[in-house]
Amino acid sequence: MSLSVRGITKSFGSFKALDRVSLDVPEGTLLALLGPSGSGKTTLLRIIAGLESADAGMITENGEDVTDLHARRRGVGFVFQHYALFRHMSVFENIAFGLRVRKEPEAAIRERVNELLHLVRLDGLGGRKPSQLSGGQRQRVALARALAIRPKMLLLDEPFGALDAKVRVELRQWLRRLHDEIGMTSIFVTHDQEEAFELADRVVVMNHGKIEQHGSPEEVFDRPATPFVIDFLGQVNVFHGRVEGGRAFWHGIPIDFPEYPHAQSREAKVYLRPHELDIDRPGIPGQETRSLPASVLRVTPGGAVTRVACRTAAGGEELYVDVPTDKARGLALLPGERVAITPRKARVFLPGPEYVI
Amino acid sequence: MTPESAISIPLDGIRLDNELSLDESLSGLPARRRRAEVLPGFGVSGAITGLVVTALVILPLAVLVLRAASLGPAGFVAAAWTPRARAAYAVSLGASVAAAAISSTLGLVVAWVLARINFPGRRLLDSLVDVPLALPTAVAGLVYSTLYVEKGWLGRYLVPLGFQGAYSRAGIVLVLVFVSLPFAVRVVQPVIESLDRDTEEAARILGASRLQTFFKVVLPAILPAVLTGFALALARSLGEYGSVVFISGNMPFKTEIAPVLIVSRLEEFAYAEATAIAVVLLLLSIGLLVVVNVLQQRVARAAQ
Repeated sequence: MSLSVRGITKSFGSFKALDRVSLDVPEGTLLALLGPSGSGKTTLLRIIAGLESADAGMITENGEDVTDLHARRRGVGFVFQHYALFRHMSVFENIAFGLRVRKEPEAAIRERVNELLHLVRLDGLGGRKPSQLSGGQRQRVALARALAIRPKMLLLDEPFGALDAKVRVELRQWLRRLHDEIGMTSIFVTHDQEEAFELADRVVVMNHGKIEQHGSPEEVFDRPATPFVIDFLGQVNVFHGRVEGGRAFWHGIPIDFPEYPHAQSREAKVYLRPHELDIDRPGIPGQETRSLPASVLRVTPGGAVTRVACRTAAGGEELYVDVPTDKARGLALLPGERVAITPRKARVFLPGPEYVI
Repeated sequence: MTPESAISIPLDGIRLDNELSLDESLSGLPARRRRAEVLPGFGVSGAITGLVVTALVILPLAVLVLRAASLGPAGFVAAAWTPRARAAYAVSLGASVAAAAISSTLGLVVAWVLARINFPGRRLLDSLVDVPLALPTAVAGLVYSTLYVEKGWLGRYLVPLGFQGAYSRAGIVLVLVFVSLPFAVRVVQPVIESLDRDTEEAARILGASRLQTFFKVVLPAILPAVLTGFALALARSLGEYGSVVFISGNMPFKTEIAPVLIVSRLEEFAYAEATAIAVVLLLLSIGLLVVVNVLQQRVARAAQ
């Protein structure tokens, strides 16, 4: 089912949770709503589910207006963050609930529930109570319960938030494969960028009730649309620099920035991702025009990538450089040593209108 | 739309099924070790508990039983199993069970409103619920009988309609509901407040109506508390004397409850007979409460 959200606005008292949010979700997409807490992502999901009503705006499913349709009649599956299983019912009855209230025949219910127990790899556990299951198993019961009513769309609110790290990774790989098999339009909420990028076809980054960026994981990661997105997507080095004539300058090191062709110099923020910086020992010819001298503060080995904390000679700013561990071994850097840092790539954002005095 | 009917997702290398459930992982542990207590140990608190229970409950009950035993088996039956006494037990038990049933039903509604609905005056209503606990129950009995007699504010409308609220069994139930309602409300209210609202939303989104959601999801979760409230209301009603004595009219075989009969025996200085009736009332009450508690535990286990 395709979903379209148009100009959805929602306030709780004086707090504006969503501010004219519009979004299109094509049939079969697995979409992540990514953002910090308070960004409005869960509210948007609840409005799409019909659990919350919007103050303004419209929601259509396959072109049909469902804005005022109660959650009960939406026919969507919803998986709650803390599972929300019915504790007094067995696993079997939990999954059967949606079919029982629809008064489906007993034999059909039995068949469907066993099918789902198999799908979520809980064969033979139908007689257990939710309290006798692990967190990962409970989450799969919640998923089976949501799928039992053959929903048109699956909505998941922080589906892995309450699980420990190892189970979380396993379960999301499994969910991705499940989605590939079923092909149902699915939307999940998360604050974990790694989860969003690993699982989703499309990522929507939200902040303060607005969509900052909407695109494929590659688009969002490679071309962050706003400073917020690049900040949120992981540790990044931020510096004050200047732009003029199609180039940005970071302590005199030029970086191409064709978006600003004007001759007049202007202040800008330069974002340098740790893995897009090169580190070398000083003394390579021509280095001084494109590299910045710095000294090593700390070296933190971590698997494939070694993180080196440095302090720039000019300005004394601290920054991080991610070096492939093989190269780091070759360099054998020690704290206090002098190095040269070369940006391969940078993102430059001009100050927003709020900065203009 | 969802052709997943017979799909099985291969789980190569993913050990979803090997996660231990809580009790599985616990069962492998060595024998339970004694945990160090944070608060003063069992020695002191246990001694205080034993002393309090003995002095306040066991000792008076023992005296009661001993005094009744002085009648001998034949004398005991003659004193405690007269037609009038049997009628009094029946009125006591019947009115108390009816009152407890009404209190726990109404209490559920009141607790729901107080826990879930925010309206102006909610705090005031919340504190009014406790008033029957503080008010001398004799006052309640007097006020109720004034209201419900034929010429009373309510009685003048209700009596012609056939509802005798004063000097009747209905009157007894009425005051017993008054004195036992706070228990029924206060036991259920915190349980409703702590309910996981997600489960109600989950039920709705799965297609359940409001009624289905209440009866299939909410009620099973709060039923143990409702039954506890029933047991407390029942216990409170069985022992009530002050309010009933003013509203019931105390007609033997009709509206005389066992506690009132005990008092009238005492007024005749028939102390042993009074204790014999008290012992029977006590045994019946204990039996009834045991039944309710067993039921409550079963429901609680099912609701886990």
